[in-house]
Amino acid sequence: MYIGKVIGTVVATIKISHLERRKLLLVDQLDLDGQETGEYDIAVDTCQAGPGDTVLVIDEGNGARQVLNLDPGAVRAVIVGVVDEVAVRS
Amino acid sequence: MKFARVIGTVVATRKYEGMEGIKFLVVQPLDEDRKPKGRPQIAADATAQAGPGELVFMVASREGAQALPEVFVPVDLAITGIVDEVEVDTSRRRDKPTANWIKLGEVD
Repeated sequence: MYIGKVIGTVVATIKISHLERRKLLLVDQLDLDGQETGEYDIAVDTCQAGPGDTVLVIDEGNGARQVLNLDPGAVRAVIVGVVDEVAVRS
Repeated sequence: MKFARVIGTVVATRKYEGMEGIKFLVVQPLDEDRKPKGRPQIAADATAQAGPGELVFMVASREGAQALPEVFVPVDLAITGIVDEVEVDTSRRRDKPTANWIKLGEVD
């Protein structure tokens, strides 16, 4: 899992059935200083997250399928939390 | 999932069983600003509607095969949607995260 920042939304009319009625958000991975790294994912949102939010993202298929109740499910990146606080020892 | 631009088509008559009817496309992976990143790859088209020139997103690794009608096939990259619109709030880029970011001191 990683912590990311929602930087935008993605709209697609034509998509596979596993993604129907799902909100897709563009998430940039953050480093331990909270800076954007340029590594990104188009992630399915399950937490009513929106642009600007700091979020927790799982990028693994089995967890994603479990969260979204899909089998089969061609999804890896899912937003599973909105982060309130991060404390890192320097 | 990541962005990609479809840049070509691939035809293979003889292929592994279960892959009949799957359309393969040449894709150029893109970064979050939709600029080319890395080498072109071959992706299975799970939407069956993508074509050269289109902006798509794709899922990689084992989940690529999960997008196809027959899930137990040797595919590691699949196009799962055709992008209509990407909206990025550039004014908020590089802002501090909304989460409270605490730096703890060094341990003695």
